Amino acid sequence: MENGNSTPAKAEVLLSIQGLSKRFDDTLAVDNVSLDIHKGEIFALLGGSGSGKSTLLRMLAGFEAPNAGRVLLDGEDVTAMPPYLRPTNMMFQSYALFPHMTVEQNIAMGLKQDKLPKNEIRNRVEAMLTLVKMESFAKRKPQQLSGGQQQRVALARSLAKQPKLLLLDEPMGALDKKLRTEMQLELVEILEQVGATCLMVTHDQEEAMTMASRIAIMAQGRIAQVGSPVDIYESPNSRMTAEFIGSVNIFEASIREDESDSITLESAALDAPVFIDRGVSTPAESTATLVALRPEKVYLSSEKPAGDTNWSRGTVDNIAYLGDISCYYVKLASGQRVQATMANVERRGERPTWGDTVYVSWEASSPILLWN
Amino acid sequence: MVKSPRFSFSKVMLVLGLLFLYLPMVVLIVYSFNASRLVSVWAGFSTHWYGELFRDQQILSAVWMSLKIAFYSASMAVCLGTLCAFVMTRFKRLRGRTLLSSMISAPLVMPEVITGLSLLLLFVQMAQTIGWPADRGMATIWIAHTTFCSAYVAVVVSARLREVDRTVEEAAMDLGCTPLKTFFVITLPVIAPALVSGWLLAFTLSLDDLVIASFVSGPGATTLPMVVFSSVRLGVSPKINALATLIILTVSLIAFIAWYLMRRGEEKRKRS
Amino acid sequence: MARKPTRSPLMERVRAVLFHRRVVFGIPFLWLLLFFLLPFALVLKISFSSAVMAIPPYQPVFSFVDNTVSVVVNFSNYLFLMSDSLYIAAYWGSVKIAFVSTLVCLLIGYPMAYAMARASARIQLVLLLMVMLPSWTSFLIRVYAWMGILGNQGLLNNLLLWLGIISEPLKMLNTNVAVVLGIAYAYLPFMVLPIYTNLVKLDVRLLEAASDLGCRSLTTFWTITLPLSKAGIIAGSMLVFIPAVGEFVIPELLGGPDTLMIGKVLWEEFFNNRDWPVASSLAIVMLALLLIPIVLFHRLQTREMEKDG
Repeated sequence: MENGNSTPAKAEVLLSIQGLSKRFDDTLAVDNVSLDIHKGEIFALLGGSGSGKSTLLRMLAGFEAPNAGRVLLDGEDVTAMPPYLRPTNMMFQSYALFPHMTVEQNIAMGLKQDKLPKNEIRNRVEAMLTLVKMESFAKRKPQQLSGGQQQRVALARSLAKQPKLLLLDEPMGALDKKLRTEMQLELVEILEQVGATCLMVTHDQEEAMTMASRIAIMAQGRIAQVGSPVDIYESPNSRMTAEFIGSVNIFEASIREDESDSITLESAALDAPVFIDRGVSTPAESTATLVALRPEKVYLSSEKPAGDTNWSRGTVDNIAYLGDISCYYVKLASGQRVQATMANVERRGERPTWGDTVYVSWEASSPILLWN
Repeated sequence: MVKSPRFSFSKVMLVLGLLFLYLPMVVLIVYSFNASRLVSVWAGFSTHWYGELFRDQQILSAVWMSLKIAFYSASMAVCLGTLCAFVMTRFKRLRGRTLLSSMISAPLVMPEVITGLSLLLLFVQMAQTIGWPADRGMATIWIAHTTFCSAYVAVVVSARLREVDRTVEEAAMDLGCTPLKTFFVITLPVIAPALVSGWLLAFTLSLDDLVIASFVSGPGATTLPMVVFSSVRLGVSPKINALATLIILTVSLIAFIAWYLMRRGEEKRKRS
Repeated sequence: MARKPTRSPLMERVRAVLFHRRVVFGIPFLWLLLFFLLPFALVLKISFSSAVMAIPPYQPVFSFVDNTVSVVVNFSNYLFLMSDSLYIAAYWGSVKIAFVSTLVCLLIGYPMAYAMARASARIQLVLLLMVMLPSWTSFLIRVYAWMGILGNQGLLNNLLLWLGIISEPLKMLNTNVAVVLGIAYAYLPFMVLPIYTNLVKLDVRLLEAASDLGCRSLTTFWTITLPLSKAGIIAGSMLVFIPAVGEFVIPELLGGPDTLMIGKVLWEEFFNNRDWPVASSLAIVMLALLLIPIVLFHRLQTREMEKDG
């Protein structure tokens, strides 16, 4: 997994989606989406229900015909190619295992369609069973397997043909939470072992961030932002993305001083001005902007912080104790609520409690400016 | 669950309803062993009428004719009905679909005299225009039975088709099966139980039909219901009681086997 | 990559798929067009013809005279039907008997279906088989069974005489009551089945919610269960009413000389009088009478068949 800000400029493009649109009756499910997927990466399409991510995936698999746009796979135009000819394979959300076939037969299904010699099919099926650690279940029927085991079979089946591109539709959707985190890491391991290029669709941001090297956020049929998990979380490009991934405090503000290496803003919601210690390119026409602050980057203290920027006073309005962290909701004088999280490093330390007057503060590097 | 009392009105009605359904059949069975010809007199146990039945050439050949027609009609009706069910459940936007769905569901309720009359007129017209069928018999009954039986098959099969997980079919196509191959490798095995029960239903419907067969049949083909009808029109006949007993027992046996297989399948599924 | 090395041209593949779709649609479509729709057109045509002593025994409606098609339409059959009170009485009798029979079926069948739907899953299967089993045996024989029971020398009369309830045999066979009884008996499974499938799908939580909100069980039944099983009731009633109107076997075997039902009249016009045109016009009028119930049933049926799983 590469979780840094590495720019995959040299990476070879495997799948190129160009201006793809799909209309269902009156709604535009996918609206002019363009996207490049690189060879060997795990790419996640992240979005809520109705964002168009599943429709996009189904168009890539060949189950839906796009109204406009092209799909190039390894340089070949596959836009109108039926699913059974496409060198892609899909792992379905419900796994879609053939109920009347054994695990073995399920995995061999795709290989048989290619008319491979019998012994080669056998070898490949065995290799796949070993890969997903299901050797001892080869003769079972899908109904006799647990959810996690079914998922392994579905994965083995979709990998058996060594597809150029593996499509995963909500790969963990049908598993319970505990099994999910286990499987996420294992799935990534397996995918790296076989070197598959993989496009997954999910609504679970944690899953996307754990598994994918790059993420595209989708909303209302469009791609809102593409980037590594760090990019997406630390440098969201819009209010929508910032709010979609994790929690965020957002203040309306206006620019007071715009220097080349720093920027100072004023917000009616905050007692002190906001100072950011890096230069930000700002659109010329307006000084109004939004300041976004992640809760874990907001500190709480009972004394007034030193310095005359990046703080505000308020009272503790609500506390959610979550075990590893506590989440504080501080009501500022302006009426706006600020969310701040604190790691519970001590078992029972002195902490602010309901009604206490506290100061919220943050580093000069923490705020992000958003323009919409 | 809302608690239901041990003896509720509906439970009593269920028992009474089942008695209503079964008592007349029990009476038939009992009287088939009556030595006397009269219903009113019990003259002792006898299997005399069964012997009479098996010596009646007319009934035996009618049974054979009916079984043949039922077999061919059921087989053809399963093919046609399945195709119809497929169109209904899968081809959502197709011209002519509404007409097809009307034509397939109408025979379910069409009075038999109308269906019989209309098909006879068709066969007469066809014989006049294209010279076929020269005389009516097995082939015309087969066509008539296939037509109304496919409606029932379509209902049974489409109910099952709707429950088939579409993504399983998509998965097969994703793995390289063409739509036709997907149908034979994936869909057909999954809907096979519905095809079997559709076939059985069509078979019994065809065996049972009197009115339509009477219209479209010719002198060459006499089915069992036609023989039975001409006999019972004249009054109660112990030979028919014996025949009825055999039919009821055969159907019960098949139903019992079906029930047993279903229960065993369910238990197997539960155990695993 | 393990794909097929020779990939047939794309367009050919697409055409193949279209061809399959067309075949799947075309075969049953043509069959039904030829053996279901066309026959009705013929019935309509011949109903405008008049009877002659010939083979076939009707006058052609369309005929070629001097290279021009002449159409001889006569409404005399329909006028004849309307002028003879026998036919009107037969139609009215059919509808009346079918309606009463349907009502009887509903009154017996609904509680049965209700009790079945409330039974445990295992019992449900047995009960379902038990209700359906009679309909898989012979219809004719089941109607015939009642001849032995209802006759003057029949079982029921003997039983009542023996019990001393009556002093001389009641005339039960060959009456309209026997016909209603026979129809209710023969068609009961077709009433129970749709209502049962409807009731079994009913979400029990709705009933729990209703009783949680303070409804007593009878109120729950009237306000929740009954309205929600409307589709089943309609389907069941249509499955009984429509064929019952055109029923021939039951009035023939159980009915008497004063039992006038249209199916029987049509049969006699056709087989005994060999008047095909009058039989055809009888069929057309019967269809017209049944059009509303048939359309109602058809709409329910297609909605059921086209529903997504």
